[in-house]
Amino acid sequence: MNNGLLAAFLCVLRRDLLLAARKPADVATPLVFFAIVVSLFPLGVGPEPNVLRTLAPGVLWVAALLATMLSLNRLFATDHADGTLELLALSPHPLSALTAAKVLAHWLTTGLPLVLMSPLLATQLFLPPEALGTLLLGLALGTPVLSLIGSIGAGLTLGLRGGGVLLSLLVLPLYTPILIFGAGAVTASTLGLGPEAYLSLLGAFLAVALGFAPWATAAALRISLD
Amino acid sequence: MPLNFHKYASPKVFYTLAGQLIPWFAGATVLVLGYGLYQSLFVAPPDYQQGESVRIMFIHVPAAWMSMFVYMVLAGAGAIGLIWNMKLAEMAATAAAPIGASFTFLALVTGSLWGKPMWGTWWVWDARLTSELILFFLYVGFMALQAAIDDPKRAARAGALFALVGVVNIPVIHFSVQWWNTLHQPASISSINKIGAPAIAPSILIPLLIMAVAFMLFFATVLLIRLRAEILQRERYTSWVAELVNP
Repeated sequence: MNNGLLAAFLCVLRRDLLLAARKPADVATPLVFFAIVVSLFPLGVGPEPNVLRTLAPGVLWVAALLATMLSLNRLFATDHADGTLELLALSPHPLSALTAAKVLAHWLTTGLPLVLMSPLLATQLFLPPEALGTLLLGLALGTPVLSLIGSIGAGLTLGLRGGGVLLSLLVLPLYTPILIFGAGAVTASTLGLGPEAYLSLLGAFLAVALGFAPWATAAALRISLD
Repeated sequence: MPLNFHKYASPKVFYTLAGQLIPWFAGATVLVLGYGLYQSLFVAPPDYQQGESVRIMFIHVPAAWMSMFVYMVLAGAGAIGLIWNMKLAEMAATAAAPIGASFTFLALVTGSLWGKPMWGTWWVWDARLTSELILFFLYVGFMALQAAIDDPKRAARAGALFALVGVVNIPVIHFSVQWWNTLHQPASISSINKIGAPAIAPSILIPLLIMAVAFMLFFATVLLIRLRAEILQRERYTSWVAELVNP
């Protein structure tokens, strides 16, 4: 049975990754959004390097937050439209495990590229090179939490009118701790302080979210599919 | 004979019971609120540092307490509705949300009014103000989610799940914001000074507690009124509501 569960998990993961690979434009849109938002800030606040350097951690994290949030609709919407989601819910395997596979696929196609893109955009904002490692590590720990929390909101707003704006209203307040500690870690390391405490907390959030979020998402999906 | 809770969980029976209870709660609210306002605005001494503006506290602190208490009520009622499939609890969660949002808004406004003379600005990104603001957003999210769903059953269950996710998150948000930045004066009620007495003088504490009780009674009154309206709305196709409207 356990073997079957793992096979089902990998099957869903593989399917979602394959779907993403077949529609690369869907994957690229949030990334382009991320780049545009970050590039807009210098236009808004002026090209002064010192100002941009202080703003950089917050700007990068807020942009990552928004980019993840915009991509959340993709998580379940098409599967809901063509009925795949109902079949997943009917399968003998726990829905939470299957949603976890979907969230992992979402992170691999949204969160991970964001992490990899961030050093480039950070350099654009004159973030000191010694803080780049912290930024990468913080985003690598934080973006999975964003996907996990976001999946609960995506499950709840499935098929609702005005779903996108509503989703942001539900999810953004819940993202605040991640933003605080993610940006805090980067700021700490630009000031030469140790970012370890912040990163440990991000890791703790990830551990908790991994335990709770798939289960809550499965419950949300069952409510929405009822 | 034990009380039969299942009987009162029926919307029809509860509707009548709530109708009988409302005048009592409303009367108690008027009395306690009047007495509490008199005590806090005229009897309580001005603060030796903050002067007369300390009186804002008698509204601000109970409102902030209520904002958190109502969220717990909302999440608790949501959980009961989700677990035992109890209609009345679902309706209570829906009815409580706007009241809680109003308390949160009141706490934010009074905090801002208090901040102007004390800190010199209307708004500071202080930890407690910020977590109160996020709590307000959670209330708004809850109401917006319920408003977007047409099916009342799904709306209630989705709202309950969101409220529960919020409950798990609220302590995390609270402590992370606290670590992020704090300027707020620490809570005086629970802090004990060196000689073992509460750090807040009884002349201030007693009016504050009376106001807290008044706010609680006010909440109960408004909740019952809103719950009655919610029951009528949700049960509008049943025969007993039809009889009630057209006797």
